[in-house]
Amino acid sequence: MAETLTMAKAINEGLRTALAADDRVLLMGEDIGTLGGVFRVTEGLKAEFGENRVLDTPLAESGIVGTAIGLAMRGFRPVCEIQFDGFIFPGFDQITSQLAKLTFRHEGSMSFPVVIRVPYGGHIGAVEHHQESPEAYFAHTPGLRVVSPATAHDAYWMIQQAIASDDPVLFFEPKSRYWQKGEVDRAAQDVGMHASRVVREGTDATLVGHGAMVSVLLSAAEIAAEEGTSLEVVDLRSLSPIDYGPLLASVQKTGRLVVAQEAPGNASVGSEIAATIAERAFYSLQAPVLRVSGFDVPFPPAKLEAAYLPDADRVLEAVDRALAY
Amino acid sequence: MSYTEATLQLLSPEGTLVESDATAPYLERIAALSDDQLRDFHRQMVVIRRFDIEAGNLQRQGQLALWIPSLGQEAAQVGSGYAARAQDHVFPAYREHVVGRIRGLDPMRIIELLRGLSHGGWDPAQTGNFHLYTLVIGSQSLHATGYAMGLTLDGGTNTGDLEKDAAVLAYFGDGATSQGDVSEAFVFSASYQAPIVYVLQNNHWAISVPVERQSRTPLYLRSQGFGIPSTQIDGNDVLAAYAVTAQYLDEARSGQGPRFVEALTYRMGAHTTSDDPTKYREHEDVQFWAQRDPITRFETFLRARGEGEAFFAEVATEAEDLAADLRARIFELGDPPSSKMFDHVYRDPHPLMDEQRAWLAAYESSFEEGTD
Repeated sequence: MAETLTMAKAINEGLRTALAADDRVLLMGEDIGTLGGVFRVTEGLKAEFGENRVLDTPLAESGIVGTAIGLAMRGFRPVCEIQFDGFIFPGFDQITSQLAKLTFRHEGSMSFPVVIRVPYGGHIGAVEHHQESPEAYFAHTPGLRVVSPATAHDAYWMIQQAIASDDPVLFFEPKSRYWQKGEVDRAAQDVGMHASRVVREGTDATLVGHGAMVSVLLSAAEIAAEEGTSLEVVDLRSLSPIDYGPLLASVQKTGRLVVAQEAPGNASVGSEIAATIAERAFYSLQAPVLRVSGFDVPFPPAKLEAAYLPDADRVLEAVDRALAY
Repeated sequence: MSYTEATLQLLSPEGTLVESDATAPYLERIAALSDDQLRDFHRQMVVIRRFDIEAGNLQRQGQLALWIPSLGQEAAQVGSGYAARAQDHVFPAYREHVVGRIRGLDPMRIIELLRGLSHGGWDPAQTGNFHLYTLVIGSQSLHATGYAMGLTLDGGTNTGDLEKDAAVLAYFGDGATSQGDVSEAFVFSASYQAPIVYVLQNNHWAISVPVERQSRTPLYLRSQGFGIPSTQIDGNDVLAAYAVTAQYLDEARSGQGPRFVEALTYRMGAHTTSDDPTKYREHEDVQFWAQRDPITRFETFLRARGEGEAFFAEVATEAEDLAADLRARIFELGDPPSSKMFDHVYRDPHPLMDEQRAWLAAYESSFEEGTD
């Protein structure tokens, strides 16, 4: 019984299902109640579940995350929305110094099932602080889980799995894909939020990415196929932990790997993947693992984002270099 | 920043009750206390001071990595700690050792933390709802506020039954009032009218920086500006600390919203054993507060009420016994296994934890084999 939904609506439906299933689930954030969120991801939920389940909070990210921690101590399962990627940093201390470490500090006597939803990434032509990809900071922090869906179907299931997790989860939503429609099957929970997956099979090289980058990689593979090059595409889904199984199997088959991401490349998730594949699949590699990333600059003004963001052509440029070895 | 005209005092430094229109409602709460409860105030203050000295000595002997003294702040802590009812939740900063003891925490858990065996690790459900220490200044104010918001949301407060309705007691110091999190906590608790009482121990020093650098206004006026009823008390007066905190907690648990207590006290010792206060403060200042010692004043009060020597001797013995117990038990503490660091990073299974735990075990056992 698949239905066609945008990713924003799929997340909305996932949140609705979680709110209905467990009255300890709370949504909190700026403008998420009456307005339904600046991207309307929480539209209608306050009307349906009431202001004690969907909280319009004061405008303070540290306050949102810090009080969510206290609510979790009381037994709630808070789902916080950070309005835009670049606004997560006022809450960074509560996320990395408190939320990430509290289970450890308590030696397991308390759990902190807090989900932090973050619309992230570029392609929307917005002003500064509204197009960033800060996921590596959180993937670097022990105690957190970090995931990012690439499709509406994955988003519907992964948000529910994130809420069900007894660990804190950073849930990065590729905002440029919010309005992309996809088939969502509410009967088939064939998704694991930490399970990477092959989304297109190929034999000449492997492309890996997450979130909005997955559809860029699929476009690149489509173009390459027309030119006779067979590319396999892997969707990571999870940045912490990273599920290397399907990726290793793919690299063992193709011998070449291109990692793509919107974030700056220096000390990024792509760096970690490149290092790990070099460690674990050294004898399978026919070429160095190559990274295609945002440049190591602040996210530029919108008129420059097309030059900044990796697109299919930049991915294929890297594929050509990999194939030249 | 010393006492002001606004400072509420129930017990003068001379040990006599202060009777006025302002103190009358609070003195009623004091009058309702039994002799044993009053004795317990003294007992807790004396015993924790002895414990504090012993722990400082053990640090100097290399048995603790660090000690955080509470010398001089016993009244602010004992009075406010006693004010919490059994169902209340207490979020300390990191100096409230006696509040933990009042709530049922074995002080050895604090010793373990400062010996480097844990980051706290106690279960608040087993320690009278006394939560873990938080070392990033002020962060706990938001956790406490969130907990209090949860009480409102799930009906754990404001049902009309003071014996069941819960409230939250949150501690921090004068330095913390400069942190954004504390201001955000005030915003959230005022906005949601959360049942929480903030107790600020203004001990006048954030390590070496005097409170005048944190604020140009009395700190109880700062919280008042957020719409939170606030009172400044003499924090070396255990009766004021008790009565005002108890009154405020009952108001909070009755749906009246957050409250704030500024307890004026003084950190008589160092910030921690790593600190040297002779580098930054004047002897006269310390002398001023030494003459307002919380224990001396309360002892005078108890003796004037007819408390006999036997009680004071009994308390002295109890304090010595706890110190001896600490000395004995600290040597029984072993080191945790190295695998402990992987045990509670996550609740759900995690591949990196499994891989790294296994790797470290194999690495360590390779040395054991090598010595055969």
